[in-house]
Amino acid sequence: MNSIEILPVVIAAVFCLLGIGIYALLVTRNLIKVVVALQIMVKGALLALVAAGRLAGNVDLGQSMALTVIVADTIVAVVGLALAVQIRRHFGTLDLKSIATLRK
Amino acid sequence: MWAILVAAGAVGCAVIAVSVRRLLVSALWLAGASALTALLLYLLGAPEIAAIELSVGAGLVTVLFVFAINIAGEEPIEKKSVVPRWLAGGIILAAVGLLAFMDLPRLTMGLPEMAGNDFMLNFWTNRRLDMLLQLILIFAGVMAVVGLLSEDPAKREHKEEGK
Repeated sequence: MNSIEILPVVIAAVFCLLGIGIYALLVTRNLIKVVVALQIMVKGALLALVAAGRLAGNVDLGQSMALTVIVADTIVAVVGLALAVQIRRHFGTLDLKSIATLRK
Repeated sequence: MWAILVAAGAVGCAVIAVSVRRLLVSALWLAGASALTALLLYLLGAPEIAAIELSVGAGLVTVLFVFAINIAGEEPIEKKSVVPRWLAGGIILAAVGLLAFMDLPRLTMGLPEMAGNDFMLNFWTNRRLDMLLQLILIFAGVMAVVGLLSEDPAKREHKEEGK
């Protein structure tokens, strides 16, 4: 399968992954699941960057940008999980609605 | 054919990852989605980033998830979601449909010739600002790992009282 045939498949996968990630962000109430949803969205963004590089005729530029996104995504996961662990210790729950103290 | 199967597998793994109740199972399905995304990147002609995604996305991040779930514990939350599911699904379907309507017809145009740049030249020479940003991010990540590994203050007090 050459690139011109694979690109619509990749773009469709990008849309699906972004959609699943945003949907999970909207409906989930578990802090660790929120990090999972963010990870799924970033997978879609990675594919989109490399596909855009291929469309522009410079796949190496897309790859170098995707590498930065992978590093940022890993750090987001680490910081998010560390926050979730500390919140669990402090509040005793991972439920987003229970820890939203600004509403009270 | 292979690309369609791999893309469908990645999307399927992502759907299961967000729909299962157990956090540990969710993290494992996320690792599957990550591995299949790496395979898709390889098929797209980006082998370097595919290898990095496979080792970091499917390996390191999964280990971090398992570690954090082990510390925080499983807590299945089955209460009503903040945004109604039908509303969230409708908004996402409309947005994704609009994106597909705008973008997919453009893909039928021919692809341009590949430029002769290579990955190393782009990364080490042309994107120095990104390198600096990554150094700062890695430092922030190290600080976050220290936070993740820090001892629970209540447990520490309990230990000191025991002595």
